[in-house]
Amino acid sequence: MSIGKSASGVGKVKGLGSAREGGDDWLRERLTSLALLLLGAWFLLSLLFLPKLDQRTLAEWLRGTGGAVPMALFVIVAFWHSVDGLKQVTEDYIASDTARWFVNTIVFFVAVAGAALCLFALGKIIFGAAA
Amino acid sequence: MVVSILHRITGGGLSVVGLAVLTWWLMAIAGGPDSYATFAGAASHWFGTLVLIGLTWLFFQHLFSGIRHLLMDTGMGYELRANKAGAIATIVGSIVATAVVWAYWLGAFA
Repeated sequence: MSIGKSASGVGKVKGLGSAREGGDDWLRERLTSLALLLLGAWFLLSLLFLPKLDQRTLAEWLRGTGGAVPMALFVIVAFWHSVDGLKQVTEDYIASDTARWFVNTIVFFVAVAGAALCLFALGKIIFGAAA
Repeated sequence: MVVSILHRITGGGLSVVGLAVLTWWLMAIAGGPDSYATFAGAASHWFGTLVLIGLTWLFFQHLFSGIRHLLMDTGMGYELRANKAGAIATIVGSIVATAVVWAYWLGAFA
């Protein structure tokens, strides 16, 4: 369904042509994917190169600038990219506007809550009393 | 075709299961050694390990097919033979990468 202008006469009658919006979603999904390419590689390589994967080692790693900052970015960008990606899937498979809006809204709420939990946990690791 | 739909399935899996595990993992680290022990216990259980191995494969498959899609956004690789080779390369690459990582990690949580 489109509200844009089509080049041909019959296209105008049928309301075809570019919607003239949505391009920012497309671009942002690619930009966040590029960021995740770097952050995902950082995450995996960090886990591979940490001497141990016990609580003390992980907390120490995440408390430092080199752990905390990329992890915060990783969490934010990963949830953001997920919301964009899942929206693209619902746009293709859920025909009803109401149902799609409902699902997208739930996905958005859950993602924001999940990201907030992750950032809270990270904050607790960074600023909490060193146990 | 197969790799394109795989990109969506792996993306969905990472969004739901992957981010749930990431959240649990960070909360467990924040909760201290005892709460992390609960996570590590689940992760070293055979089913938990299977989930983590699965997530690793989802990660690599989505990463590689994502790179492929980005390259295709620039107009590369639409010729039939190159396109098919690229699709197969993402699957072979993701399986090999997962095997390499877990050959190193097996028993890491024990």
